[in-house]
Amino acid sequence: MTNETIKEYITAHAPEATYDETGEWLNIIVASNQLKSLATALRGQPMQMDFLFCLTCVDFKTHLSMVYHLTSSKNRTINLVIKANLDRTQPIIETVSDIWRTAEFHEREVFEMFGVQFENHPDLRKLILEEENPAGFDKGKGYWPLRKDFEDPINMIKL
Amino acid sequence: MYTETEIIKDTTNLGPEGELVINMGPQHPATHGVLHLVVTLNGETIKKIEPHLGYIHRSIEKMCESLTYRQFIYVTSRMDYLSSHINNTACALLIEKGMQIEVPERAKVVRTILNELTRIASHELWIGAMAMDLGAFTPFFYAFREREMITDIMEDTCGARLTMNYIVPGGLMYDIHPEFQTKVKAFVKQFKEKVTEYEDLVTGNVIFQSRTKGVGVLTAEDAISYGCTGPVARASGVSCDMRKIAPYDAYDRVEFDEVIETAGDSFARYIVRVKEMNQSIRIIEQLIDAIPEGDFVGKTKNVLKLNKGEYYQRVETARGELGVYIVSEGATTPYRIKFRSPGFSNLSVLDHIAKGSKIGDLMATMGTLDLVIPDIDR
Repeated sequence: MTNETIKEYITAHAPEATYDETGEWLNIIVASNQLKSLATALRGQPMQMDFLFCLTCVDFKTHLSMVYHLTSSKNRTINLVIKANLDRTQPIIETVSDIWRTAEFHEREVFEMFGVQFENHPDLRKLILEEENPAGFDKGKGYWPLRKDFEDPINMIKL
Repeated sequence: MYTETEIIKDTTNLGPEGELVINMGPQHPATHGVLHLVVTLNGETIKKIEPHLGYIHRSIEKMCESLTYRQFIYVTSRMDYLSSHINNTACALLIEKGMQIEVPERAKVVRTILNELTRIASHELWIGAMAMDLGAFTPFFYAFREREMITDIMEDTCGARLTMNYIVPGGLMYDIHPEFQTKVKAFVKQFKEKVTEYEDLVTGNVIFQSRTKGVGVLTAEDAISYGCTGPVARASGVSCDMRKIAPYDAYDRVEFDEVIETAGDSFARYIVRVKEMNQSIRIIEQLIDAIPEGDFVGKTKNVLKLNKGEYYQRVETARGELGVYIVSEGATTPYRIKFRSPGFSNLSVLDHIAKGSKIGDLMATMGTLDLVIPDIDR
């Protein structure tokens, strides 16, 4: 399957998707409200992208970017990267944990590190960090350590 | 020979009567680290397992954002400390790919040998520790007798016995020790003689078999959906060996088999790891006499900079697929770095496969998942 046929298939399901082929793998950039339908389409026939091997988020200071790395267990030579840009002040995206079960833990990690809200997630709680905010942070307010503007008043994090 | 353990498929009918919540860990001898499991039981049957992580979270990803491309490699040895050479290889390969650094053949072959020795050492520790979880103390000493030889080789090579740092972008930090080849050959000889002892002690053991067969069954579909990799997925019949799918270093020129079992239970995961050790020996035997002469490190600039863009590198550690994802803005430090650790995904399947079985079987299930907690927490 070439990049062109993949692009054709994706354009049929998400017409506004844009592509970036400068990297090692084909990157697909979609709007955050289209991600779920595209993910469902990729998971089914004929693509069968059933293996989500990496799910993460990147803070670009102006916006957040969700990154999904996908491959197919039937054909491991196809690797796709799906990206969805999110608003930094109110990042909301629909969960993919019902399509790929591994997303449940990865999304919980992204939630606590970047503050991204995953709609319809079965159990969106902090996974690694403690429930209550540590000393130096306001109680009840969110704090997101992997964002670029994060400052810790007690522990040094920059060299 | 053994009776199958009763596994209750549907736990929804079990009412709240007789329900009991047990905290396993953070300090528990069978979790081999600070993993905290909140286990909800009904009698002896597991209804739910909820992992609480973070006791050894060092925020390695954030730390790496302020370390240069030469510095951050050393931190990765502290993630999965049983696969430190392999973690270092992943980072070195990524930088070499991003900067088009040519690696000398000598470095490639030595790296492959060291990676396989690391894999054997990791599986040896696992076999001993898991047998100990199940109540057998002797295999631990047998396994550590051979593992000690590998740690000695590592100490000669890079000065450390556990958190090794030897692989740098471009090749190796130093040339190999003059006695490296003799010592590895002595190890291979001893391992081949003694590996039958494990089979006699553990594999054929009736108690061991009845405690692991049919326990913690993971189907192929679930293994893929939960993102399992490594021996855990291969025991369920999923082909996922990165050394075969995307060969790196010298893996494209050696012959070895990808070990695949189909039962998906704890015993199959055990068998996969034992057979994998033999395959690693096969790889080492092919390479140890064929280490090419020449440089051990390629020409690199003093200050490494990756061009603006995104890079991803996957390698096969002893636990599965390790992915390193770097977003670069062209500076001397990574803008964002993500480690896709195999243990994190393998842990997420624990609730699914242990549900409905007895609390005693949890030891076997958890033991054969081979969790290393610093790898999960990062």
